[in-house]
Amino acid sequence: MSGYFQELYEGGKSLLVGMGITFKYMLQPVVTMQYPRQSVKMTPRYRGHIELVADEKGNNKCIVCGMCQRNCPSGCISLAGKKPEGGKKKVLTQYQLDFTTCSLCGSCVEGCPTGALDFSKEYNLAGLTRQEYIFDLLKRFEERKR
Amino acid sequence: MSGYPEIFRVLAYIVGTLAFVGLNAAFLVWLERKVAGHIQRRIGPKEVGPFGIIQSLADGIKLMSKQLVVPERADGLLYRLAPLMTMTTAIMVFVTIPFGPALVARDLNLGMLVIFAFASVNVLALLLAGWGSNNKYSVISATRAVSQNVAYEVPMLITVATMVMIVGTMNLNEIVGQQGNLLQWKIFPWNGSVMLPVAFLIFFICALAETNRAPFDLGEAESELVAGFHTEYGGMGFGLFFLGEYAYVFVGCALTSIFFLGGWQCPLGWAPGVHWLLIKTYLLVFVVMWIRWTFPRTTIYGLLNLSWKVLVPFALVNLIVTAALLKVF
Repeated sequence: MSGYFQELYEGGKSLLVGMGITFKYMLQPVVTMQYPRQSVKMTPRYRGHIELVADEKGNNKCIVCGMCQRNCPSGCISLAGKKPEGGKKKVLTQYQLDFTTCSLCGSCVEGCPTGALDFSKEYNLAGLTRQEYIFDLLKRFEERKR
Repeated sequence: MSGYPEIFRVLAYIVGTLAFVGLNAAFLVWLERKVAGHIQRRIGPKEVGPFGIIQSLADGIKLMSKQLVVPERADGLLYRLAPLMTMTTAIMVFVTIPFGPALVARDLNLGMLVIFAFASVNVLALLLAGWGSNNKYSVISATRAVSQNVAYEVPMLITVATMVMIVGTMNLNEIVGQQGNLLQWKIFPWNGSVMLPVAFLIFFICALAETNRAPFDLGEAESELVAGFHTEYGGMGFGLFFLGEYAYVFVGCALTSIFFLGGWQCPLGWAPGVHWLLIKTYLLVFVVMWIRWTFPRTTIYGLLNLSWKVLVPFALVNLIVTAALLKVF
């Protein structure tokens, strides 16, 4: 019989403790992110698709050595460049990334002798066709510059 | 209202109650989602209107525009009748609820009895819905709802009998009239019986179970029974069940506040009126929601054990102690 009342007392107490916890939670600020209205700033180590990096003058640092293309295990990078009239160094004319086969291993970023590549923080990627994931990085770079 | 033909009173009651039941459900759905959200540290509805306040209206329009589908081989008549029945009884119980000193549709001497009589018909509507849908989950849910309602009606009515012995009337307006200020509220043990706080707890727990609210929502245990008795209902069929459920939540909390917390009386004695009943009732409704979003669902055995092993004995002890006290003093 004493077990009956003890169970009632302890059960009732634990119910009140539980209600206390939820009440405290209710008054605390919300922790969710209202996604389409707000979005999270990605951490520095986040690996999105690769992106060309600008130097101090705003030009890309690429010297068209082709290391990234050779390092890539999936063969998803293809680039081209040419020497301008009177210039000494090659200038990038095309940089294509096939993101459908990229595994984000980072060999291209690591192998780049001038540090011209970096991971972007892009995570809002959605599309209906494969063609949308063949990125022209040079075009994106020019667009970002503007 | 003397001087007006009787029909005006009836019309005012019907229009007023229908409007109140609709608005009440819209407000409570919104409040429930907000309370649930904040307890889980989310915001809840926020897109439709400021703070999502007209979210329920959008949901209502969606429900009303949907087709009513009667499942194949369901019992068409019972299937269509059940939501109407739950709604009819929900409106009928508003007849005798005293919203204010003069704001009551029909000030009956047996007002309390009318409410319990119609509220217990509601369980028949759930049974019809479960049976008529020709769905095994609905039938299981309906039988659960019936056994739960039978189990909780017993301690609830014993407690109500105790209250009637103390106040000496079944007229709800007179019960409220006896609780003029905070110290005269019937929740306190010096107002008739030392067991009154226990009676309040028993009544409130039973009201939770009678309205099929969590943690006693065995009737629509979505993790095991899809959605219970309203699995097969869509559109306004489902909408009527929801309107009815929230109307009953309001009625349960309103009765608790009428019996124990002084109804439309102000705690300090100023300006009694409908606002006090609404404040008290919606505070209790908030507690109901708070309980829902805190506790997990009980099992059917736990539910019946609580009723027969705890609530019924306590209600009987309450009855005997109160009767003895009233006889002695």
